[in-house]
Amino acid sequence: MKDYAAECASLETVPVSTSGDVVSMRQMVRILAQRGGLSLVHQTKLVTAASELGRNMLVYGGGGSVRAASVTDAGRPGVFVEFRDKGPGIADLDLALTDGWTSGNGMGLGLSGARRLVDEFDIESGPSGTTVRIVKWAK
Amino acid sequence: MNTESNIRLLVDTLTEQREKFLTQWTRTVGEDLRGRLSTAELGRELGELYDAVLEAMTAGSLDSRGEHFAETRSLLIELSRNRARQGFTPTETVRSVFALKEVLEPSLTGDADSARAYLQFARLLDGLGLLTSEAYLRTREEIISSQAEQLLELSTPVVKLWDGVVGVPLVGTLDSARTQVVMEKLLQTLVDTDSTHAIIDITGVPTVDTQVAQHLLKTVVAARMMGAQCTISGIRPQIAQTIVALGIEFGDIPTNASLSDALRQALKEVALDAEDDVRGLL
Repeated sequence: MKDYAAECASLETVPVSTSGDVVSMRQMVRILAQRGGLSLVHQTKLVTAASELGRNMLVYGGGGSVRAASVTDAGRPGVFVEFRDKGPGIADLDLALTDGWTSGNGMGLGLSGARRLVDEFDIESGPSGTTVRIVKWAK
Repeated sequence: MNTESNIRLLVDTLTEQREKFLTQWTRTVGEDLRGRLSTAELGRELGELYDAVLEAMTAGSLDSRGEHFAETRSLLIELSRNRARQGFTPTETVRSVFALKEVLEPSLTGDADSARAYLQFARLLDGLGLLTSEAYLRTREEIISSQAEQLLELSTPVVKLWDGVVGVPLVGTLDSARTQVVMEKLLQTLVDTDSTHAIIDITGVPTVDTQVAQHLLKTVVAARMMGAQCTISGIRPQIAQTIVALGIEFGDIPTNASLSDALRQALKEVALDAEDDVRGLL
């Protein structure tokens, strides 16, 4: 995945430490998606993915921060969102990305479902935290 | 010139020209607030504040967080609480304090000594201004959290749609707290109205993620345990596509695009049940 964060002139950053923050983060992503001209279906998919990843960050990573920006690739507009936490990390990424597997009491579809909802998905995890980057294109 | 003589100079100036300063201060703040507060009320508020500050400085203190300023602080907290409730902006509220600086500036910048005293006084007012904005924010947060609680109550009505059919129109974000309220209300209404069908309408829920879906499923399962048929309606096209992509399965729970379809289906089933009952009697 391209380093979109480095290319963006203006990244909006919000901290996520309560479930109320997840709601306001979701609104920020929704506004960016509307401005980027994403269709209603794409907007909803992106916002839902952001909601899943934001909540994962809160529940399993103890909160973190979210950066988002409008990006373009060859004239195609899109939205880039990065979720970064300083939690314990994910021990087995392949397992975590399996449908139905959860270490908590959720449905086990958050991470794998979020990957299906967006166009680009990139996850890095280590003992010092987890970073997930996603991009959803307008078309 | 040391702090003590600065304080003495300030106390003297503030005492001598009390009336003049106070009138100017009230006028400056009054202009900011553009008549949304009566001059008499403003004059009384600022007069009390002025005297409290003067008293604390007479006691020899310039520390806004010190014990001598306790009276001033409680006055300021009350002032900012009132302002926050009346809908004034934080700038307007804090400006009430900072305006005193502007009022004193011409009288205290004549020579080097008084200028130094003025700077110390300005620092005191900065401290008091910060305190005011803190109190303002705290009040606003209290207002917001009490509104959030009210909203929780307001936004979860359970309505009787027909004999034997109740509806739950959900609006907004569905978190654990709301789900709990909805579930309790729904189950209670099912018993109270002797209903056999419940329709949960999610037209007003903007995002259905796995957490929301899980909460919905739990509510449906609970209603089923009480013998009620539960339908989820108001599934818009974008939500349907998202749910499918996420991989959430609603199993055998009936879902509908619109509330009217769900109601029609429920009424049909209610009518069939009634027919069965009659036949059973014969």
